[in-house]
Amino acid sequence: MAGESRRRSDPALDERRSRILGSLRSGAEGRRGALIATISTVLFFTALALLITHSPGWPEVRSTFFDWDEFKDSLPEVSRAFLLNVKMFCIAEVLILIFALVLAVMRSLPGPAALPLRILGIAYADFFRGVPTILVIAMLGFGAPALQLKSVPTSTTFWGIVSLVLIYTAYVSEVYRAGIESVHPSQAAAARSLGLTHFQALRTVVLPQAVRRVIPPLLNDFIGLQKDTALVGFLGSIEAFKQSQIDAAATFNYTAFTAAALLFVALTIPLARFTDWLVARDRRRRQATGT
Amino acid sequence: MSEALRIEGLHKSFGTLDVLRGVDLAVNDHEVVCLIGASGSGKSTLLRCVNLLEPIDAGRIVVEGVDVTARGVDVNRIRRRIGIVFQAYNLFPHMSVLKNVTLAPRLALGLSARDASTQALTLLERFGLADKADNYPDSLSGGQQQRAAIVRALAMQPDLMLLDEVTSALDPELVAEVLEVIRELAGGGMTMVIATHEMSFARDIADRVCFLDAGVILEQGPPEQILSAPREARTQQFLQRIIEAGRL
Repeated sequence: MAGESRRRSDPALDERRSRILGSLRSGAEGRRGALIATISTVLFFTALALLITHSPGWPEVRSTFFDWDEFKDSLPEVSRAFLLNVKMFCIAEVLILIFALVLAVMRSLPGPAALPLRILGIAYADFFRGVPTILVIAMLGFGAPALQLKSVPTSTTFWGIVSLVLIYTAYVSEVYRAGIESVHPSQAAAARSLGLTHFQALRTVVLPQAVRRVIPPLLNDFIGLQKDTALVGFLGSIEAFKQSQIDAAATFNYTAFTAAALLFVALTIPLARFTDWLVARDRRRRQATGT
Repeated sequence: MSEALRIEGLHKSFGTLDVLRGVDLAVNDHEVVCLIGASGSGKSTLLRCVNLLEPIDAGRIVVEGVDVTARGVDVNRIRRRIGIVFQAYNLFPHMSVLKNVTLAPRLALGLSARDASTQALTLLERFGLADKADNYPDSLSGGQQQRAAIVRALAMQPDLMLLDEVTSALDPELVAEVLEVIRELAGGGMTMVIATHEMSFARDIADRVCFLDAGVILEQGPPEQILSAPREARTQQFLQRIIEAGRL
């Protein structure tokens, strides 16, 4: 019996790994391929660098966007402001993951009695995916505090987060829904046939599989969310983009923008690697023989 | 002998396609009934209706004296007493075999994790899967997966087991181990309704064989009679095709 269990090499994963390096294989052919890849890469990027640095406006662009002293001066301030982006992102992400799941489940409810909930879910997703993010932020950020209601917060950051949650909940619920619909109905049938209720089947059988499948697109939306926190600066919250605008206005130099850009990228890369790791771990688990 | 299952005038259609057109069937406790018939004759649909996975259009299904097709009946309660095993196993791929087996006893019967595990391990042991308890379904052979699916259904301690062509997706060399499990269940007195294409197995295990044709039970009786001396022309034709395919 033990011989029957087998650990398969995963062609899909090998494929993905080799996408960056092309069709590199070991052996003599692989060495030749590696050499060609190296030469073509060096040539391409050298040519690109030469093209840019020999353009007529390059000296000006370099001193305006890539000034080392300006970079050193602005980085601490922009970094401090960037903490606000991280904070907004973290708070919004948790709320979005929860609300979007509720919305997706609402849209997947069976039966005629749940029709109003389904309609509400569809209307919500249509509306908040349709309206530009910056408009939602502007209307809520300027409009809601203007109501001058006692219990309503006036913080621009608060309304910025609310706007991002409203918009990204719509996107992420669609991602969840795609995941739920990708789980074959026979899985739910098997769970129901064992006597589980609709919600028990959803919670233990359908959703765990659905969420695993949509981790990569979920990450995609979260990278978008990370970047869109910069839009809250529009309301006046001093986040990284707003801070670099202030720096740029004070020094007539845009290097602060470069610093902000690097900070955003620096946050995205670990998130992307983390997702790859999650997906790979799940794949390993499903193949696991338990020994 | 009391009745485990009674089906009366069961009708079921999908859109304009009438799959079941008045099925009557009674199954006694500890009886093993095999459903045979061509693909599309309604075998799977019949089993899915009994498990209430498909709403029926007309008729009545009574399980252990309870009309399960009546209005306001608690379907989850009914399903706990009826085990069903599918052609494609339908194990939960994100859970170990042990979790697959303990899930429903924990959630639907309210067993503690420990009791559910103990019971599951006993069952897995009995069906030669004890060493696979921590494996995930994808790492098992088809035969092992199907045995695990049978164990998962048995863990609910059902009164009635429905087996829907459980060997049809298996490589030929893996069929025997699954049939062996079903034989053991029959030997233990489990009431079963088995849709199958394995005629020799049906002859071997069934107390009664029912031939389904075009949504009705055309002919039923002891396996020797149905498989060796069928009365109906349609049954004869069906068996002739099976013999030609070398499956009898």
